[in-house]
Amino acid sequence: MAEFEPKIVAFVCNWCTYAGADLTGTSRIKYAHNVRMIRLPCTGRIDFMLLLKAFARGADGVIVSGCHPGDCHYTAGNYHARRRWILFRQLLDFLGFDTQRLHFAWVSAAEGAKWAETVNSVVEEVRRLGPFQNYQQLARAGIE
Amino acid sequence: MKLGYFPGCSLQGSAGEFDESLQAIAPALGLELIEIPDWSCCGASAAHNLNRLLALALPARTLALAERAGFREVLVPCSACYSRLILTRHELEQDEGLRRQVSEIIGMEYQGTVRVLNILEVMGQIFQDGLKGKITKPFEHPVACYYGCLLVRPPKVVQFDRPEDPRTMDELMKKIGAEPIDWAFKVECCGAGFSISRTDLVAKLSSKILADAQRRGAEAIIVACPMCHANLDMRQEKAEKWAGKKYSMPVLYLTQAIGLALGLPEKKLALHQHLVPVSFPVKAKPAAKAKAETASQPAGQSEE
Amino acid sequence: MSRIGVFLCHCGENIAGTVDPGKVVEAANRIPGVVHSIDYKYMCSDPGQSLIREAIKEKGLTGVIVAACSPRMHEPTFRRVCAESGLNAFLCEMANVREHCSWVHEKSELTTAKAIDLVRIMVEKAKRNRPLFPIKVPVTKTALVLGGGIAGIQASLDIANAGHKVILVERDPSIGGHMAQLSETFPTLDCSQCILTPRMVEVAQHPNITLHTYSELESVDGFIGNFKVKIRKKARGIDEKLCTGCGVCAQKCPLKKIPSEFNAAMGMRTAIYTPFPQAVPNKPVIDKKRCTYYLKGKCKACEKACPAEAIRFDQPDEIIEVETGAIVCTTGFEVLSTEFFPEYGYGKYKDVINGLQFERLASASGPTLGAIRRPSDGKEPETVVFIACAGSRDPAKGIEYCSKICCMYTAKHAMLYKHKVHQGTPYVFYMDIRAGGKMYEEFVRRAIEEDGVKYIRGRVSRIYEQDGKLIVKGADTLLGAQPVEIEADLVVLATAMVANSGAEELAKKIHVSYDSYHFLAEAHPKLRPVETNTAGIFLAGACQAPRDIPETVAQASGAASKVAALFSADELSREPVIAVVHRTAPPIFSICEGCFMCEQACPFQAIEREEIKTRDGKLIKVVAKVNPGVCQGCGTCVALCRAKALDLQGFSNEQVYAEVMAV
Repeated sequence: MAEFEPKIVAFVCNWCTYAGADLTGTSRIKYAHNVRMIRLPCTGRIDFMLLLKAFARGADGVIVSGCHPGDCHYTAGNYHARRRWILFRQLLDFLGFDTQRLHFAWVSAAEGAKWAETVNSVVEEVRRLGPFQNYQQLARAGIE
Repeated sequence: MKLGYFPGCSLQGSAGEFDESLQAIAPALGLELIEIPDWSCCGASAAHNLNRLLALALPARTLALAERAGFREVLVPCSACYSRLILTRHELEQDEGLRRQVSEIIGMEYQGTVRVLNILEVMGQIFQDGLKGKITKPFEHPVACYYGCLLVRPPKVVQFDRPEDPRTMDELMKKIGAEPIDWAFKVECCGAGFSISRTDLVAKLSSKILADAQRRGAEAIIVACPMCHANLDMRQEKAEKWAGKKYSMPVLYLTQAIGLALGLPEKKLALHQHLVPVSFPVKAKPAAKAKAETASQPAGQSEE
Repeated sequence: MSRIGVFLCHCGENIAGTVDPGKVVEAANRIPGVVHSIDYKYMCSDPGQSLIREAIKEKGLTGVIVAACSPRMHEPTFRRVCAESGLNAFLCEMANVREHCSWVHEKSELTTAKAIDLVRIMVEKAKRNRPLFPIKVPVTKTALVLGGGIAGIQASLDIANAGHKVILVERDPSIGGHMAQLSETFPTLDCSQCILTPRMVEVAQHPNITLHTYSELESVDGFIGNFKVKIRKKARGIDEKLCTGCGVCAQKCPLKKIPSEFNAAMGMRTAIYTPFPQAVPNKPVIDKKRCTYYLKGKCKACEKACPAEAIRFDQPDEIIEVETGAIVCTTGFEVLSTEFFPEYGYGKYKDVINGLQFERLASASGPTLGAIRRPSDGKEPETVVFIACAGSRDPAKGIEYCSKICCMYTAKHAMLYKHKVHQGTPYVFYMDIRAGGKMYEEFVRRAIEEDGVKYIRGRVSRIYEQDGKLIVKGADTLLGAQPVEIEADLVVLATAMVANSGAEELAKKIHVSYDSYHFLAEAHPKLRPVETNTAGIFLAGACQAPRDIPETVAQASGAASKVAALFSADELSREPVIAVVHRTAPPIFSICEGCFMCEQACPFQAIEREEIKTRDGKLIKVVAKVNPGVCQGCGTCVALCRAKALDLQGFSNEQVYAEVMAV
């Protein structure tokens, strides 16, 4: 059987991580192909339902990434995201959701290499955890 | 104020008078000192040059014992002990891995819940709360407050007073009636650990401190560190030889000066244990002088 | 029904080298809603763009996906192509198959599969795109300039000369700032006042500039093009219209021993005073904290003496309200406070002074008329020690940065001293000599080689007074940390430049961010150095970081040209990526519950409260409303809206969820 190729969805902000990933490209740094990026203006725009939706739609892992604290293009959007993120992660953990599949990283527009490392490490970890089929099936039960 | 007490080796040996005078003034100041049970060496002057883990484990053990005994604050009068303890506390606070490693070495969980206080901090707190009526014999002398290097450095770790120009002791001295002189040698090096191995260096360095205190009219130098005391008092004769002039500058622990202001007998404050007689030009007390001189003789001989 | 066209770019070999274009085009054609799919070698080239134009017309496309490089690269290009062909620009999206795919993966099936996925995600988004139109905001063509130092003067003149109105607000009684205090300027040694005062006069006389000195910013509301500003004009205690600036009042004032701020306490002034003879405006103010009349209720010597009867003791502060389209902040710097140098005895020894004080000693208009005399006894100092980096580059003092100008002005000071006291000996203690700038290094070499300034590389540990001399103890690190002791007559500390003490408060008033040192923060340190993160607010000079005069002037002109560009149109056009609040027909009006979490979360104060009323004025409910001129489109409010009443145009819930569904 072929090796399990996890599907990773990344929610990134336009100004830091999206640009950082562009830099990974212009620097020709190679990384795992498993990631699909969704561009948003700011991590502050990411609401928690999006993350659950991604898992329900077949993601085996999710990355949320934006500007470092203090660097937000919108001054404070990433702080909101961080606060929400800390609570949401704890809540998921408490409710019995495997938070190892949910990663948060600060990647600036200058950190092309860090983006590649982040993707690779998440892919490796999720590969180790295996497919998230059971959750996906439950989430879709009765819908399809 | 009830505090854990870490005397360290100096206050039980060469700086016995620091301990004696502290114990003597404590009741009058409402200070209750309880020795940390089974305390051990802080590792000062040697351990941190040889083995980092040892240098952290020694103070950590004492601090862990203090935690066990239920103390929240520990008074460490000796500057060298204070430096080692507060540095250990700082380093283990910064590094969780190191804290666990050291806890394993000492066979006790070190949690970092005990605050380490130096003598100036504690006296400052007590004096702030008010001493009204307790000062019966104001210590009315011009004095040079000498802090030495360890109480205020490194600033990031001790976070106490201004590292280059501290003021706590000067304020304390004003409150007991003394006039602290404005001088530039408050934190100048006295030669510290070279007290035994390179007395020539100590003579030169101490001499500069003594000379400036004398030039600016100080009648005594007030210290808060056993090492400073040793270099300025015990090595004063050598410093005088190096400089070719007499200083005859009494060097008092601040606890002794406070004790005098509280009206405690000189004997209880162990003034007689100094090598340089504690006498003052204007209000010299013949009795005390005589005692100090006779007491200094044997000690002076054993030094050579 | 959507009619989407997909245009795959090969980017030469950059994309086609690792992604199979044929397969992508084929797969794209099978995506529901895609009616046209084509690949081309260079989609951004003229023929490439023509392919898109033709397809829009021929196939009647309702959406365009360009699968090529990053949208950060060519999104404007392709959106313009669409707009030119009659398709709303915001119906065009890009799939980033180069930076995010072909460049970061090896050639393989999986890479092609990823490219197809990226196209599909964007197709699903584009299906839900709505035509959007740039937001138009009117512009008030008046600029507010905060601070009347050289930066504020330069910015005001440039904006005014471009034909726009300027309101210049200065906190002190006169404009001129620190530059007016300087003696000569490096590296040309031309007299600071000689080059500055003509510009000060120009400001005062310019028909487009309204000058408010002795005034402070009270508040700022509004947004780019439409700021509403309140200015507090502090009471001078004189009627400016009547005052002729004759100066008799100051001559008669009995208080003559007040340290002069302008002379950095090297000279004295009276309680009613004009800071310096060339002050603009040349009208005095009364120092109410010191004036005998204000403290004790009698004196009035100035009132009796004033031939114009202009003294007004009971004058109140005045609040002036103005509307401006842009704000230029040029509030400058302070020198590090004295208490940071106990070891140098600053404040304790009269003959330890800072650089600004030396400037006043060396200035021909200063208290000594340019003669170098030490403050304690007025003697000419025979040995002067200059200490560079007093506070700067010293983490223990909380200032880790280089103050940038000190190396140069210390060299200048030593040089000026040597020019005035030929037999004197100047020493400079330094860490490194940082003389990057036109003719800067040459200037420092001249100080060392021609004027014989003795440079010692090392730090000074302590200064104390002994027998009328200042003993400077330091180390010469080029001689192996050899201890050095110099008996000096005067010590000059090149104290660090720090942010103004009110910088934090000011930043909050004008909604710009500041760094850990309280210097105001630019939008981008390299590419947007004079803009802030708040649109319409610009920075220049030392309020942003330590700067010298040439840089300050260049930056001020830069900020002024940004303002002029902003004022070049009657209306501003902004990207329509902004939040909108759901509205619907009565009786619901809006699903907004009025919790106003969004109001708290918005970093830009763009959320307003809208009252929905019946025709007879009865309040039905209060809902959120987004001010389109202020909203920057981060979407933070959207994510936390409980009622899901907020949405972000261009990144709507419908669009983003569709993207996720396509993953």
